[in-house]
Amino acid sequence: MELRVANVRKEFERFPALNDVSLDIRSGELIALLGPSGSGKTTLLRLIAGLERPSAGSIFFGDEDASHKSVQDRNIGFVFQHYALFRHMTVLDNITFGLRIRKSSRRPEKAEIRRRALELLDLVQLSGLEKRYPTQLSGGQRQRVALARAMAVEPNVLLLDEPFGALDAQVRKELRRWLRDIHDRTGHTTVFVTHDQEEALELADRVVVMSKGNIEQVGTADEIYDKPVSPFVFGFIGQSSHLKVRIENGEVWFHDRVIGIKASDLPDGPATLYFRPHDIELTDGCSGCIAGLVTVSRRIAGTWHTEVDVGAGHEKIEVSLNADQSAALKGGRIAFRPRHYRIFPTN
Amino acid sequence: MAVDAAMKPSALALSAAKEERVRPFRDPTSESLPVKILLIALAAAFLALVLFLPLYAVFSEALRKGLDAALLAIADHDALSAVSLTLLVAVIAVPFNLVFGVAAAWAIAKFEFKGKAFLTTLIDLPFSVSPVIAGLVYILLFGAGSFLGPVLESWGAQVLFAVPGVVLATIFVTFPFVARELIPLMQHQGTGDEEAALSLGASGWQTFWYVTLPNIKWGLLYGVLLCNARAMGEFGAVSVVSGRLRGETVTMPLQVEILYNEYNYVAAFAVAALLALLALVTLVLKALLERVYSRDHALTPGH
Repeated sequence: MELRVANVRKEFERFPALNDVSLDIRSGELIALLGPSGSGKTTLLRLIAGLERPSAGSIFFGDEDASHKSVQDRNIGFVFQHYALFRHMTVLDNITFGLRIRKSSRRPEKAEIRRRALELLDLVQLSGLEKRYPTQLSGGQRQRVALARAMAVEPNVLLLDEPFGALDAQVRKELRRWLRDIHDRTGHTTVFVTHDQEEALELADRVVVMSKGNIEQVGTADEIYDKPVSPFVFGFIGQSSHLKVRIENGEVWFHDRVIGIKASDLPDGPATLYFRPHDIELTDGCSGCIAGLVTVSRRIAGTWHTEVDVGAGHEKIEVSLNADQSAALKGGRIAFRPRHYRIFPTN
Repeated sequence: MAVDAAMKPSALALSAAKEERVRPFRDPTSESLPVKILLIALAAAFLALVLFLPLYAVFSEALRKGLDAALLAIADHDALSAVSLTLLVAVIAVPFNLVFGVAAAWAIAKFEFKGKAFLTTLIDLPFSVSPVIAGLVYILLFGAGSFLGPVLESWGAQVLFAVPGVVLATIFVTFPFVARELIPLMQHQGTGDEEAALSLGASGWQTFWYVTLPNIKWGLLYGVLLCNARAMGEFGAVSVVSGRLRGETVTMPLQVEILYNEYNYVAAFAVAALLALLALVTLVLKALLERVYSRDHALTPGH
């Protein structure tokens, strides 16, 4: 089912958690809400679920305005960070809960409920564990039961709140691939919240980057990484270095020299240059480059993480050199120019 | 690192100076044998003096003239009506406080609202106020000089010096037990399970019956037992509002006192022994519950 979040605002006792957020989610899409803590990503997910009520704006399920529907009537599947499995029920009872509590007119036959639950258990690769209690399962298994339970009600949309947040790194990676696989097989419209960019970029069709209650950018993993639209996104996704510069007549100046980058479409004035530390070319002389003294260089596997002291103000800037480039470190002084970069004017 | 390096020489000097007085290894959280024996003996002596001796005295006094005399004293009409009134009061007060306690704990643990701290304090009030004062409050509320008393009486409802007054006073005195037991438990469990149930389409009642109640059942039973023990044993508040009408508004604790004041020691202690027996049964049940409860809990991880 398609989802549309239209101009939604949410305040908790005057404290704004979301400011005027709009988002379109296509049917069958796997979407990640990515951001640091406090960015409003979980609030947005809970608003979609109906666990919170928006202060303003609407949420559409298909063409229908669901803003005033209760969580029960939205027919969603919600997976909680800490699983929230019912500890006094077996795995099978947990999965069938959503079906068993339905009014008899909407409730499938007992045998049908059981058949469906066992099928789901098979899908989440936990066949044979239906009689176990949640406390007898590992964290990864519990999260898979929680997912099966959410899918048992055949939800319009599957919502996952930091689904792998409480698991250790190895299990996270396995479950990530497995979730992608399940999504491809079942085709549920799925929204999940994460603060782990690797998880978001690897798993999602599109990533929604959020910060301070706003959506900064929506796009595929490539778009987010290669064409970040704001300093926040550039800094938040992947490694980044930045340098305070000045723009004059379409030329980028660093203190008293041009650094060989054109910025013809930007207005004159102060700005910040962002680039990826590894995405640079070393230059020999310095007619149009950034140059400075190497202060620290640490080698981590095949990469030399190098801190360069540039310019009069002793700004430190970090670049990553590969094995070929590392020879330049011997001189104690390097000159370079970013290959790809973004310049954001300073307001 | 710099601090470490600076500390080292002085630490070395200290240990050198104390070298002769190095103490042998001992479990750092344990005590030496004589200290252990002393502490345990003190505790045992104290327990014997204030708990076992009185309990023994109650039963030995009751059986001073043999079991038959004690049973005869209990079979007395007034004594029997005291027993049945005590049970009746418990049967009314405990369910009332069960419902109230669950509702209050639910509100306090699962919701944020203004005046929550005040409500929490209010629930503790019966613990901090003397039961005698609680009784006097009901005299003021329902007595002949009050507004409520005459109105209710004109409808034929006698509160003071009647069973309703006894029940009301007992409810007041025992109402924190269930809520106090449940609030920390429910706060610890949070609202995650309830949200999960709601998101799966459960109604509020279904969520309560199938998710919340099973999660708190052991704590609830424990609270109910404590509440019951207190309801049966309450003396002060009941004594003030009952009017001590023999065979009508006298509960077991009051009956004990009346008999004692009449120098009828065997009967007084026989009823007292029966009351103590009821309390002991409650305690045994509580101990059993605690074992099951802790076993349940040991299986439950932090989240």
